[in-house]
Amino acid sequence: MITETNFKGAIVEMLTKAETELPRDVLIALRKAAKSEDGKIAKINYETMLKNLDLAKKSKAPICQDTGTFTFFIKLGRELKLQFDITKATTEAVKTATLNVPLRANVVDPLTRAPSLTNTGKEQPALHVEITEGKELQVDLLVKGAGTENCGRLFMAQPADGPDVVVRVVRSVLEEVRGRPCPPNIVGVGIGGSIETAALMAKRVLLRPLDKPNPDLELASLERKIEEAANRLGTGPMGLGGKTTLLRVLVEKASCHTASLPIAVALQCWPARRAKAKILGGKLKVVEP
Amino acid sequence: MKITKLKTPLSEKDAKNLRVGDVITIDGVIVTARDKAYAKITSGKKLPIDLSGGVIYHCGPLVKRTSKGWKVISAGPTTSARMDSIQADFVKRTKTRALIGKGGTGKEVAEKLAKLDCVYLAFTGGAGALAASQVEGVEDVFWKELGPEAIWVLRVKDFGPLVVAIDTTGNNLYEK
Repeated sequence: MITETNFKGAIVEMLTKAETELPRDVLIALRKAAKSEDGKIAKINYETMLKNLDLAKKSKAPICQDTGTFTFFIKLGRELKLQFDITKATTEAVKTATLNVPLRANVVDPLTRAPSLTNTGKEQPALHVEITEGKELQVDLLVKGAGTENCGRLFMAQPADGPDVVVRVVRSVLEEVRGRPCPPNIVGVGIGGSIETAALMAKRVLLRPLDKPNPDLELASLERKIEEAANRLGTGPMGLGGKTTLLRVLVEKASCHTASLPIAVALQCWPARRAKAKILGGKLKVVEP
Repeated sequence: MKITKLKTPLSEKDAKNLRVGDVITIDGVIVTARDKAYAKITSGKKLPIDLSGGVIYHCGPLVKRTSKGWKVISAGPTTSARMDSIQADFVKRTKTRALIGKGGTGKEVAEKLAKLDCVYLAFTGGAGALAASQVEGVEDVFWKELGPEAIWVLRVKDFGPLVVAIDTTGNNLYEK
């Protein structure tokens, strides 16, 4: 039985951990990228990143002052009859974490720019709930700062452009944004669907571990093609030059209209913050990071 | 690796001696300003402090009010290019000698900065916890109603490492 107290507590812990330590696969990818660089400035940037991560974890301080906004992807089994409102409970947990961690108050009204002070508001945090079979409950959290969020793009390509247009599109985004999204980045690409599903896929795919190959061989090969094209740009860590511009490209696709080819590109910064919680022993528990 | 230690305020000579690729740290006082403070200053609002020879930090720090005053929790750099349209005007009005940020400025802005003898120092984005550990204290805060976008006057020690990314001769690491 998942109680509201258990749920809220797990969400607060997810936010706390996501903001102060990175998942293991991201750390491994960063260390590997650091080793492959031989330029002085690239090396300094990686040293600063790794030192910062150690310090953030030890002192339980947010890795980055842009503690971002929060997107929750929730898998909810239809047999799990929760006795509380998960949107409300998640929102309350965000308010608690904002005070306790603490997190920077980033959320404002889009037009008046009036701050909410609690990191909550209309559609904040964002919740995407998927109804699944059985009694499953899985919560994934994606934390995104504005530096990378502002570099996301949506393209409505022409079907006649062919599949290679995806490589050209991602390359053009990276050429435009250069050092602004805090490279080395992770790039999420959503291909097909419609404008909203493409964007949602581009975001959701950023939850995948970096060390797991894409099970779809066609998409796996597309990911490698994009990675090679991007790393040839030489943007490097923080845009100051180097071999490593991307840590990983992650691609997801969906069927689409015969006359459409939507492509959404979502970037994630090197402090690629995410967390995961699952039911263990009847309770929702944080399993990552 | 050679790391040059600089103390604020910076003289014209300090700025002119720096070249792209140099690595420095800063001791003294740095002042945060970003979108909203920039807009206020360039629209003619009188700044509460003198910034000539000063170092501006593009940062919206995460701070906490404690019984002993403000504590800086996390304070890495923000994207400098957001202030591109008013960057040169800001430097001209305030006589700022150095900007600390991330991602650099547009090409035209970089050229204007060089002419104003203002250097651009790149700090690693995301390094919020490390940057906060180099802040010894909050000296003052102006326009507090702007929250993280307020002007925070920070006393720092060994702040960096900062990479000189745009120098006064017009060299620009982002254009390489």
